[in-house]
Amino acid sequence: MQAVDFENVCFSYGREGEGFSLNNINFSVEEGEFVAVLGQNGSGKSTLARLCNALLTPRSGKIAVLGMDASDPGNTFEIRKNVGVVFQNPDNQTVASIVEDDVAFGPENIGLPREEIGRRIDFALKAVGMEAYRRATPARLSGGQKQRVAVAGVLAIRPKVIILDESTAMLDPRGRKEVMDVVLRLNKEEKMTVLLITHFMEEALLADRAFVMHKGEIVMRGTPREIFSRADELETYSLTLPAAGYICKKLQAKGLPIADCLRPEELAKEIERCASRQNI
Amino acid sequence: MKDVTFGQYYPVESFVHKCDPRAKILFLIGYLVAVFLSADFYGLAACAVVLVLCVAFSRVPVRSVLRSIKGVLFLIVFTAILNLLFYQGETTVVIADVPLKWGIINITVEGIRFMIFVICRIFMLVMVSAILTLTTTPVSLTDGLESLLTPLKWIRVPVHALALVMSIALRMIPTLMDEIDRIMNAQKARGADFSSGGPVKRVKAVIPVLIPLLLSALRRAEELGDAMEARCYTGSEHRTRYKKLTFTWRDPLIALLCAALIAGVVLMNVYLPPIL
Repeated sequence: MQAVDFENVCFSYGREGEGFSLNNINFSVEEGEFVAVLGQNGSGKSTLARLCNALLTPRSGKIAVLGMDASDPGNTFEIRKNVGVVFQNPDNQTVASIVEDDVAFGPENIGLPREEIGRRIDFALKAVGMEAYRRATPARLSGGQKQRVAVAGVLAIRPKVIILDESTAMLDPRGRKEVMDVVLRLNKEEKMTVLLITHFMEEALLADRAFVMHKGEIVMRGTPREIFSRADELETYSLTLPAAGYICKKLQAKGLPIADCLRPEELAKEIERCASRQNI
Repeated sequence: MKDVTFGQYYPVESFVHKCDPRAKILFLIGYLVAVFLSADFYGLAACAVVLVLCVAFSRVPVRSVLRSIKGVLFLIVFTAILNLLFYQGETTVVIADVPLKWGIINITVEGIRFMIFVICRIFMLVMVSAILTLTTTPVSLTDGLESLLTPLKWIRVPVHALALVMSIALRMIPTLMDEIDRIMNAQKARGADFSSGGPVKRVKAVIPVLIPLLLSALRRAEELGDAMEARCYTGSEHRTRYKKLTFTWRDPLIALLCAALIAGVVLMNVYLPPIL
């Protein structure tokens, strides 16, 4: 079944007749897929996340989440149980002053019995590798740790789909890696559907599919490699290649015979191969 | 700044720490009643003994408990002076044949007695409240209050929502402290001066900190609201609780102590001859 399906969706924050924040969006995400959404600030990608979770309802068009119509208020609760969203700022999504209480917030909201909540906390904290911090105070954790707790808070509801709305944007590189490792593992091992909204190109490389948004429209679709092979087009949407890809392009332009690559490891290998052949 | 926590919880293991927050809140109320019922120094002495017991069994250093008096020192001095000067007593104090009476000012024996009473009462109340906040985390204090206020649900007071509001407020304190730090540094970098000038100037200097703080708090509140909704919060009655407060053998014990104190004070009022 399709986890998320958008059909001709339009949305605007303003009044009727004013410009659209999202214009005629069509896409779908299969269950178990890992899809990245790329785009500049203001391209409408966060709006997309809020629509998937019924925090916003579309002006027109149809959104189906796991077969449920997202415009029907009767479905809102079921949809939120199945689609978890991790937001950008970890400080603004923590409700309790102790880690386990915060993780318990979601399960409490869906009315689970106490023993089950305890099991969910165990599961969720283990999934993000934060078991040791069960009784800690979020205010004293690092950014990456706080955001992992936020992921655990979403996981404890056991959603089928997890949406990361720029969840790594405020983290340092280490925290970013911590969170991305957790997300990748959830996708591979727990078969969780992941919708990753980001402006870090390196993160998008991990996805099965990606699309690029610009001014409220989807302008590019494909696998991350396909998208990054169209560097010039990306540039018109103010997006760049991943750093390794960019360096690779520059080296090719200088006449170095190296193959296209996007990851730092690939680039290192290519340069090494090239160097050994030319006996440098 | 991060270590500023509301209520200055003092983390040690002790008898008082392990008591149920509900029992401690009720004890505080009972103690308050006993202190105000005391009509003579016998009663106050009994209350003082209980206070000493509380401090001893909380294992909080006496200095930390005494520190909480600082905040109300002004109040104590102020009420003491007012009572000393204006209490409507009958026996005016006479020193070296000069009666201490000028116009409405009238220092009487009854006034001095009452002043001592007032000082003792405020002192003991503040001390026992301090022990409550020193031995109970803000979270369990909120839980305790919520549980005690449950009957108000019958008259449609949203007790649960209020408790959630309070616990989120407590959880936001360190975050906002950080924010104040950040804003103050930003203002200092642009030449703001927070540490010199008279009181008016200093208050004025705080305004450019408060306004950004308020704006950011509002923005945070909106984001937090979204995040809570996304995590299935509806504010409905079907919510369950993970943590449950449970009474232990300690709680009946302190309830008994409290009841004994009140009964003792009443008996002493009735049977013992008044001092002074």
